Amino acid sequence: MPEMSDVKEILSASDITRIVDRVAHQILEKTSGAADTVLLGIPTRGTPLARRLAERIHAFEGIAVPHGTLDITLYRDDLRLHSARPVGPTDLPPGGIDGQRVILVDDVLFSGRTVRAALDALSDLGRPRQVQLAVLVDRGHRQLPIRADYVGKNIPTSLSESVRVSLAEIDGTDAVLLTGNI
Amino acid sequence: MIKHLLSAADLDLDSATLVLDTATEMAAMASREVKKLPTLRGRTVVNLFYEDSTRTRVSFETAAKRLSADVINFSAKGSSVEKGESLKDTALTLQAMGIDGVVVRHPASGAPTTLSQWVDGSIINAGDGTHEHPTQALLDAYTMRSRLGQLKGLRVTIVGDVLHSRVARSNMLLLTTLGAEVTMVSPPTLVPVGARDWPAKVSYDLDAALPDSDVVMMLRVQRERMTEAYFPSTREYARRYGLDVRRMKLLPEHAIIMHPGPMIRGMEIAPEVADSPRSTIVEQVANGVSVRMACLYLLLGGRSL
Repeated sequence: MPEMSDVKEILSASDITRIVDRVAHQILEKTSGAADTVLLGIPTRGTPLARRLAERIHAFEGIAVPHGTLDITLYRDDLRLHSARPVGPTDLPPGGIDGQRVILVDDVLFSGRTVRAALDALSDLGRPRQVQLAVLVDRGHRQLPIRADYVGKNIPTSLSESVRVSLAEIDGTDAVLLTGNI
Repeated sequence: MIKHLLSAADLDLDSATLVLDTATEMAAMASREVKKLPTLRGRTVVNLFYEDSTRTRVSFETAAKRLSADVINFSAKGSSVEKGESLKDTALTLQAMGIDGVVVRHPASGAPTTLSQWVDGSIINAGDGTHEHPTQALLDAYTMRSRLGQLKGLRVTIVGDVLHSRVARSNMLLLTTLGAEVTMVSPPTLVPVGARDWPAKVSYDLDAALPDSDVVMMLRVQRERMTEAYFPSTREYARRYGLDVRRMKLLPEHAIIMHPGPMIRGMEIAPEVADSPRSTIVEQVANGVSVRMACLYLLLGGRSL
């Protein structure tokens, strides 16, 4: 664990609330009302973010956007580098994803490998009309040609730092912390 | 997670639960249009079968292929084994070919354990002699959990040829780990020496055990392993230890009936019982693929530690 002096709060709970509201508005704007749109969260923290975005969209416009979970464990390209990871559930809305605009939701965009795995997983589940990506934090250092359509906050980081996202649903509190050699 | 799966006793409560949870996710995949995951791409699994078993071999082969592994089926019949090659030399050959996993079925108890000392890859015991068959026990536990909700406190009665049954032994070990209570019901001649030390009750009276059973698991009478007569006649066995309609009615309303297959209808189990909605025999086969996918993923999917 890093020392307390090595931890910096990048986003507070109210920042995260504002960001989720803003991204929800951006989704409504960019998708012209979020018709035929499905929000799929990438576990662990993408799942509650997708649910929050769906709730905010519903609060703003009264539109019910289906949301679910896309587990990508079995599609990762780094499986051999670690001991076997537990596989989580994939939970698609009843209508499926065929012909839909799928918005993948994750907490941090980093190397881009998670998103690549998610794209592979999606193609085994159906054929979306379009795939977009929404992230809470983009910390840079991409290893693949992937960019997000909706970014909550760009946080330039060094590779020795790490970004830790806490969400109330999982961690009991909302915050984004930067740890390491700040 | 462990490197090899040689015995049901290799799994503690956490790792057994992890296998069952992983199998649940694998089962969800079976209903998809694309039944294929890239997880084990580039890995090679050998099905090394010294005994015939189409059912188990096809189940493992399906599981490995759904995870994109390359599968080589090696049957002892017609192979260099018939020319006199020893298990060790077969193992060294596999080793030289860079095999990642070996699924082995062997008539000798303990052969997979011996093999694990010679091969770097993961060994999965797919049945060794009268010793163990851990993936069968896992798929049975998975079937019980999906039908009855939970395993803790479940009363499971295992009926038949306990002496020769690796299924009974693996089930007893795994179910005890998972918190179930196991009762073995068998003719006195088919109870192994040392059964008194088992974490299971032993009884000779099937009728008395049924009303207290949540699960009744019938075993196959393994004629091929019997070197002498253990019971007077097939008819007498069926009368005392076969599951017929009358006995099925002694079971509680929610109880399920299992059989690892292949079953001998009319002797171990009446056709009406085998085909009743309480029977999970066909479900067990489908669950076998999911559970074996989970085992292959957990043993081969990550870096071995």
